[in-house]
Amino acid sequence: MKRRIFVPGDSAAVSVGADAVAQAVAREIAARGLDAELVRNGSRGMFWLEPLLEVETEKGRIGYGPVAAGEVSGLFDSGMLDAGPVAGRTHALCLGPTEEIAWLKQQERLTFARCGVTDPLSIADYVSHGGYRGLARALGMAGEDIVAEVAASGLRGRGGAGFPTGIKWQTVRDAAADRKYIVCNADEGDSGTYADRMIMEGDPFVLLEGMTIAGLATGATSGYIYCRSEYPHAFRMLQRAIRIAYDSGYLGANVAGSGKSFDVEARLGAGAYICGEETALLESLEGRRGQIRFKPPLPAIEGLFGRPTVVNNVISLATVPVILDRGAEFYRDFGTGRSRGTLTIQLAGNVRRGGLVETAFGLTLRDAIYGFGGGTASGRPLRAVQVGGPLGAYFPEALLDTPLDYEALAANGGILGHGGIVVFDDTVDLARQARYAMEFCAMESCGKCTPCRIGSTRGVEVIDRIIGNQERANNLQVLNDLCELLTDGSLCALGGLTPLPVQSALRHFAEDFQRS
Amino acid sequence: MSEARSWNAGRAEARIRELEKLPGALLPILQALHEEFGYIDDAAVPLVAHALNLSQAEVHGVIGFYHDFRRSPGGRHRLQVCRAEACQAMGCERLMAHVEARLGVKPGGTTDDGMFTVEPVYCLGNCALSPALMLDGRPYGRVSAEMVDSLIDDARRKAGGTE
Repeated sequence: MKRRIFVPGDSAAVSVGADAVAQAVAREIAARGLDAELVRNGSRGMFWLEPLLEVETEKGRIGYGPVAAGEVSGLFDSGMLDAGPVAGRTHALCLGPTEEIAWLKQQERLTFARCGVTDPLSIADYVSHGGYRGLARALGMAGEDIVAEVAASGLRGRGGAGFPTGIKWQTVRDAAADRKYIVCNADEGDSGTYADRMIMEGDPFVLLEGMTIAGLATGATSGYIYCRSEYPHAFRMLQRAIRIAYDSGYLGANVAGSGKSFDVEARLGAGAYICGEETALLESLEGRRGQIRFKPPLPAIEGLFGRPTVVNNVISLATVPVILDRGAEFYRDFGTGRSRGTLTIQLAGNVRRGGLVETAFGLTLRDAIYGFGGGTASGRPLRAVQVGGPLGAYFPEALLDTPLDYEALAANGGILGHGGIVVFDDTVDLARQARYAMEFCAMESCGKCTPCRIGSTRGVEVIDRIIGNQERANNLQVLNDLCELLTDGSLCALGGLTPLPVQSALRHFAEDFQRS
Repeated sequence: MSEARSWNAGRAEARIRELEKLPGALLPILQALHEEFGYIDDAAVPLVAHALNLSQAEVHGVIGFYHDFRRSPGGRHRLQVCRAEACQAMGCERLMAHVEARLGVKPGGTTDDGMFTVEPVYCLGNCALSPALMLDGRPYGRVSAEMVDSLIDDARRKAGGTE
């Protein structure tokens, strides 16, 4: 049996040496004259084990990690290509069957079912692991019924806003126009998030399939993926995947032989956080400054080039194929309350076992951080976690029993955002973090509305005075007033949500603002 | 390595012509020019404006809006150091201070020998392996001060430079 050896090509895995490991594997295969093939898969999302090398055996895939290039030769010597590890010769890096690793086994991977498993650029691999089954079903359905299926699944926008995907699609479907667009928001700018990047690098066809289904549902025939420039590897993978999908007949004038057409083009951002806001993204795609637009009109009515446009996050679109394949009910049965399906949590920052956790909505912050994450990487006590990116609230240890769903986080003054959780130990200074939130808003403000453009700069100044103990009581009052103004008066979520990290820091970590 | 090549109007016009028919062509054109020359020369602005039937002010406005676009050549190597929250939680400010001290530049600056431009970046999507940086598009995770030193030394050695 020809052995397949997997070494991730995911950029996070590469950042800790996966390319050198892959080269070493290729050298050993050649030098030993082995009947084996090297596959650069995506990442399983267990980043503390990267580079994670896997060998396909009769007993399933056996994992080894984290592997250094210098250890590869020893792995071959240990008999890793035999049918499973040989008794008594098991290598110290052997993790056993990858899918039996508790961290992975406890997850419910629907959107990420193939990520880290398949060769991301192999259509054959994609199809043999359930790919394009959702599209096949959608091609046999009326557009109206596809929209109804997505609506019934309860899927809500995973980019952060949590807007019901089905309603957005229905609006675009109902709008009359000569052209409509599907735009994928791949401007994943929130610190602590990388789910979009993992999908684009590890299973790009699922995104293309989701976009194609969105086109069939709404009557759009053209799609754009707006990928941030900080993700050069993801962008290259998208470009290659798009070319392969065209060559295989899954994109273009005759999608999967159906006579229906759908085109996709990937575009690169240019380093502006605000372009993750959907209207700023559309402006940028049209070739202008990424300034937000007034709403209404909604992009679903007047979006890209003035046409009805679906703007969905990568994870939302990448979840559509499994919904079409397995049915709305299957998907809706995961989750809790009004948060249906699975959530892709990204554990980040000062956490021992950081990575991608996909599981039904409802896991608590504590289960995520201690159960999956194993606590802090530094070993020091956890002091704060920021949930939902730079516009998300800072929570203290006392709120860790909050479940991770849209409503529960909102009830505690936070947001779920794109599902990123950044862990901080007890060396963090929350007054500094609050100052940074204002500083970031000032740097990234598009300048369209005054509260965000000016208020953020004033916010930095006021927090500096509070830290410097100048008229502290008065300035704390000014800061609260300013936060209220930003919340109520900003045009979009950047100015509107920047007060969340600031005010949560003030509420839960008041002592950090009282140092002399 | 981003080897900045000197400005050449003919090459610029060729790149513009390849892309000018795209819907929303301005960003792809500016990115192509940036890739070609390592920055966007002032002389490119009227060429781009003319090709897309825009005012020069509009083109200037777009170049100025996006953090990626440089108006003058940068160093041979682009070192992007992440300063966002996940990396903050793992000491990226100490790492940035080390980079600044080692290279003698502030964030955004270029070393005197023209070898490195240091840019702050707000998230590289490598947040489970913080602190993170990217050198000429190559990602590095769990970065220590020693690793930064060896990356800098390697780049200088390859360039035949001495330190």
